[in-house]
Amino acid sequence: MALDVLYFAWLRERIGQPRERVETQARTVRELVAELAAMDEWHAAALADLTPVRIAVDQELADLDASLEGVREVAFFPPMTGG
Amino acid sequence: MTARVQSVPFDLGAELAGFGAGAGAGAGAGAVVSFSGLVRDEDGRLVALEIEHYPGMTEKALQAYGEQAAQRFGLTGWRIIHRFGRLEVGEQIMMVATAARHRKAAFEAAEYLMDWLKSRAPFWKREIGPDGPGDWVEAKAEDEDALSRW
Repeated sequence: MALDVLYFAWLRERIGQPRERVETQARTVRELVAELAAMDEWHAAALADLTPVRIAVDQELADLDASLEGVREVAFFPPMTGG
Repeated sequence: MTARVQSVPFDLGAELAGFGAGAGAGAGAGAVVSFSGLVRDEDGRLVALEIEHYPGMTEKALQAYGEQAAQRFGLTGWRIIHRFGRLEVGEQIMMVATAARHRKAAFEAAEYLMDWLKSRAPFWKREIGPDGPGDWVEAKAEDEDALSRW
Protein backbone atom coordinates (compact mmCIF):
# COMPACT_ATOMS: atom_id res chain seq x y z
CA MET A 1 0.00 0.00 0.00
CA ALA A 2 1.05 3.62 -0.45
CA LEU A 3 1.51 5.87 2.57
CA ASP A 4 2.38 9.52 3.01
CA VAL A 5 5.12 9.86 5.62
CA LEU A 6 5.65 13.31 7.15
CA TYR A 7 8.52 14.69 9.21
CA PHE A 8 8.66 17.82 11.34
CA ALA A 9 11.26 20.01 13.07
CA TRP A 10 14.70 18.39 13.44
CA LEU A 11 13.48 15.08 12.05
CA ARG A 12 12.54 16.89 8.84
CA GLU A 13 15.98 18.47 8.71
CA ARG A 14 17.88 15.25 9.39
CA ILE A 15 15.92 13.29 6.81
CA GLY A 16 16.16 16.15 4.34
CA GLN A 17 12.53 16.37 3.26
CA PRO A 18 9.17 17.25 4.82
CA ARG A 19 7.24 14.35 3.32
CA GLU A 20 7.55 11.36 1.07
CA ARG A 21 5.26 8.78 -0.42
CA VAL A 22 6.33 5.23 0.34
CA GLU A 23 5.18 1.88 -0.92
CA THR A 24 5.14 -0.45 2.08
CA GLN A 25 4.02 -3.83 3.37
CA ALA A 26 4.42 -2.73 7.00
CA ARG A 27 1.54 -3.70 9.30
CA THR A 28 2.57 -1.51 12.21
CA VAL A 29 4.43 1.75 12.76
CA ARG A 30 7.32 -0.29 14.16
CA GLU A 31 7.63 -2.23 10.91
CA LEU A 32 7.41 1.00 8.92
CA VAL A 33 10.23 2.54 10.96
CA ALA A 34 12.42 -0.49 10.16
CA GLU A 35 11.70 -0.09 6.43
CA LEU A 36 12.38 3.66 6.51
CA ALA A 37 15.61 3.25 8.47
CA ALA A 38 16.85 0.83 5.80
CA MET A 39 16.33 3.38 2.99
CA ASP A 40 19.50 5.43 3.45
CA GLU A 41 21.91 6.81 6.02
CA TRP A 42 19.82 9.92 6.73
CA HIS A 43 16.71 7.94 7.58
CA ALA A 44 18.82 5.52 9.59
CA ALA A 45 20.44 8.29 11.62
CA ALA A 46 17.21 10.19 12.26
CA LEU A 47 15.33 7.07 13.37
CA ALA A 48 18.15 5.33 15.23
CA ASP A 49 16.95 6.44 18.66
CA LEU A 50 13.17 6.60 18.92
CA THR A 51 13.18 7.87 22.52
CA PRO A 52 12.75 11.51 21.42
CA VAL A 53 10.41 10.66 18.51
CA ARG A 54 6.65 11.09 18.67
CA ILE A 55 4.25 9.53 16.18
CA ALA A 56 0.90 10.43 14.65
CA VAL A 57 -1.19 8.05 12.56
CA ASP A 58 -3.78 9.79 10.39
CA GLN A 59 -3.20 12.91 12.50
CA GLU A 60 -3.85 11.23 15.87
CA LEU A 61 -1.07 10.60 18.38
CA ALA A 62 -0.09 6.93 18.32
CA ASP A 63 2.67 4.55 19.37
CA LEU A 64 4.99 2.10 17.65
CA ASP A 65 2.49 -0.74 17.89
CA ALA A 66 -0.27 1.18 16.09
CA SER A 67 -1.75 -0.68 13.13
CA LEU A 68 -1.36 0.75 9.65
CA GLU A 69 -4.43 -0.98 8.27
CA GLY A 70 -6.40 1.53 6.20
CA VAL A 71 -4.03 4.33 7.22
CA ARG A 72 -3.08 7.09 4.76
CA GLU A 73 -0.64 9.27 6.67
CA VAL A 74 2.04 8.69 9.32
CA ALA A 75 4.06 11.50 10.87
CA PHE A 76 7.26 11.50 12.94
CA PHE A 77 8.33 14.48 15.04
CA PRO A 78 10.09 15.49 18.27
CA PRO A 79 8.23 16.14 21.53
CA MET A 80 5.94 19.11 20.99
CA THR A 81 6.74 22.57 22.32
CA GLY A 82 3.60 24.63 21.83
CA GLY A 83 2.04 27.25 24.03
CA MET B 1 -15.98 27.37 20.79
CA THR B 2 -13.29 28.09 18.27
CA ALA B 3 -9.70 27.08 17.63
CA ARG B 4 -7.65 29.06 15.14
CA VAL B 5 -4.16 28.47 13.79
CA GLN B 6 -2.73 31.42 11.90
CA SER B 7 0.48 33.21 10.96
CA VAL B 8 -0.90 36.73 11.26
CA PRO B 9 -1.08 38.60 14.59
CA PHE B 10 -4.31 38.81 16.55
CA ASP B 11 -5.77 41.65 18.59
CA LEU B 12 -5.95 40.30 22.12
CA GLY B 13 -8.23 43.10 23.33
CA ALA B 14 -10.70 42.64 20.50
CA GLU B 15 -10.66 38.85 20.90
CA LEU B 16 -11.41 39.05 24.60
CA ALA B 17 -14.09 41.70 24.14
CA GLY B 18 -15.87 39.57 21.56
CA PHE B 19 -15.40 36.39 23.57
CA GLY B 20 -16.59 37.96 26.81
CA ALA B 21 -19.74 39.32 25.21
CA GLY B 22 -20.63 36.18 23.25
CA ALA B 23 -19.35 32.98 24.86
CA GLY B 24 -19.21 34.70 28.24
CA ALA B 25 -22.00 37.02 29.27
CA GLY B 26 -24.19 36.07 26.31
CA ALA B 27 -24.10 32.44 27.43
CA GLY B 28 -24.76 33.00 31.12
CA ALA B 29 -21.15 33.03 32.31
CA GLY B 30 -19.97 35.02 35.29
CA ALA B 31 -16.25 34.41 34.78
CA VAL B 32 -13.82 34.76 31.90
CA VAL B 33 -10.17 33.75 32.26
CA SER B 34 -7.54 34.28 29.60
CA PHE B 35 -3.87 33.51 29.13
CA SER B 36 -1.58 34.81 26.41
CA GLY B 37 1.96 33.68 25.68
CA LEU B 38 4.64 36.05 24.38
CA VAL B 39 8.01 35.53 22.71
CA ARG B 40 10.65 35.98 25.46
CA ASP B 41 14.10 37.33 24.59
CA GLU B 42 15.80 34.89 27.02
CA ASP B 43 17.99 37.66 28.44
CA GLY B 44 18.88 39.04 25.02
CA ARG B 45 19.81 35.70 23.45
CA LEU B 46 16.84 35.63 21.06
CA VAL B 47 15.44 38.02 18.50
CA ALA B 48 12.58 35.78 17.38
CA LEU B 49 11.06 32.31 17.39
CA GLU B 50 10.18 30.22 14.37
CA ILE B 51 7.15 28.06 15.05
CA GLU B 52 6.47 25.04 12.88
CA HIS B 53 3.22 23.08 13.01
CA TYR B 54 1.41 20.14 11.44
CA PRO B 55 -1.35 21.62 9.26
CA GLY B 56 -4.54 19.63 9.64
CA MET B 57 -3.58 17.80 12.82
CA THR B 58 -3.01 21.04 14.71
CA GLU B 59 -6.53 22.33 14.10
CA LYS B 60 -8.07 18.97 14.99
CA ALA B 61 -6.02 18.66 18.18
CA LEU B 62 -6.89 22.16 19.41
CA GLN B 63 -10.57 21.60 18.68
CA ALA B 64 -10.51 18.28 20.54
CA TYR B 65 -8.74 19.74 23.61
CA GLY B 66 -11.19 22.65 23.68
CA GLU B 67 -14.16 20.30 23.56
CA GLN B 68 -12.64 18.12 26.30
CA ALA B 69 -12.17 21.18 28.51
CA ALA B 70 -15.71 22.39 27.85
CA GLN B 71 -17.17 19.08 28.89
CA ARG B 72 -14.96 18.52 31.89
CA PHE B 73 -15.30 22.00 33.40
CA GLY B 74 -18.79 22.89 32.17
CA LEU B 75 -17.62 25.87 30.13
CA THR B 76 -20.06 28.17 28.40
CA GLY B 77 -17.37 28.89 25.84
CA TRP B 78 -13.68 28.69 24.95
CA ARG B 79 -11.35 30.16 22.37
CA ILE B 80 -7.83 29.11 21.36
CA ILE B 81 -5.62 31.02 18.94
CA HIS B 82 -2.08 29.80 18.18
CA ARG B 83 0.28 31.38 15.66
CA PHE B 84 3.02 29.85 13.53
CA GLY B 85 5.88 31.19 11.43
CA ARG B 86 8.46 33.75 12.52
CA LEU B 87 7.43 35.73 15.60
CA GLU B 88 9.60 38.56 16.91
CA VAL B 89 10.42 39.06 20.59
CA GLY B 90 7.44 40.56 22.39
CA GLU B 91 4.86 39.29 19.92
CA GLN B 92 1.90 37.22 21.04
CA ILE B 93 2.31 33.53 20.26
CA MET B 94 -1.05 32.30 21.42
CA MET B 95 -4.04 32.82 23.69
CA VAL B 96 -6.66 30.74 25.42
CA ALA B 97 -9.85 32.08 26.91
CA THR B 98 -12.40 30.17 28.94
CA ALA B 99 -15.82 31.20 30.22
CA ALA B 100 -17.86 29.54 32.94
CA ARG B 101 -20.55 30.39 35.48
CA HIS B 102 -17.93 30.67 38.25
CA ARG B 103 -14.24 31.51 38.32
CA LYS B 104 -12.82 28.23 39.62
CA ALA B 105 -13.93 26.27 36.55
CA ALA B 106 -12.71 29.02 34.20
CA PHE B 107 -9.25 29.14 35.86
CA GLU B 108 -8.89 25.37 35.93
CA ALA B 109 -10.01 24.98 32.32
CA ALA B 110 -7.45 27.57 31.18
CA GLU B 111 -4.67 25.69 32.99
CA TYR B 112 -5.89 22.38 31.62
CA LEU B 113 -5.85 23.75 28.07
CA MET B 114 -2.37 25.22 28.50
CA ASP B 115 -1.00 21.95 29.85
CA TRP B 116 -2.40 20.06 26.86
CA LEU B 117 -1.24 22.67 24.34
CA LYS B 118 2.31 22.65 25.70
CA SER B 119 2.87 18.93 25.31
CA ARG B 120 0.24 17.54 22.95
CA ALA B 121 -0.47 20.11 20.25
CA PRO B 122 1.83 19.63 17.23
CA PHE B 123 3.91 22.81 17.39
CA TRP B 124 7.70 23.06 17.49
CA LYS B 125 9.67 26.17 18.39
CA ARG B 126 13.09 27.07 17.06
CA GLU B 127 15.21 29.83 18.55
CA ILE B 128 16.42 32.63 16.30
CA GLY B 129 19.32 34.67 17.63
CA PRO B 130 21.12 37.73 16.25
CA ASP B 131 23.18 35.44 13.99
CA GLY B 132 20.24 33.48 12.62
CA PRO B 133 18.46 30.20 13.37
CA GLY B 134 19.67 28.29 16.42
CA ASP B 135 18.45 25.27 18.34
CA TRP B 136 15.04 23.70 18.43
CA VAL B 137 13.47 24.29 21.84
CA GLU B 138 13.50 21.09 23.87
CA ALA B 139 10.39 19.87 25.61
CA LYS B 140 10.54 20.24 29.40
CA ALA B 141 9.91 17.30 31.68
CA GLU B 142 7.86 19.56 33.94
CA ASP B 143 5.46 20.27 31.07
CA GLU B 144 4.97 16.55 30.56
CA ASP B 145 4.52 16.08 34.31
CA ALA B 146 1.91 18.85 34.40
CA LEU B 147 -0.39 16.70 32.27
CA SER B 148 -0.47 13.92 34.82
CA ARG B 149 -2.43 16.01 37.32
CA TRP B 150 -5.47 15.96 35.03
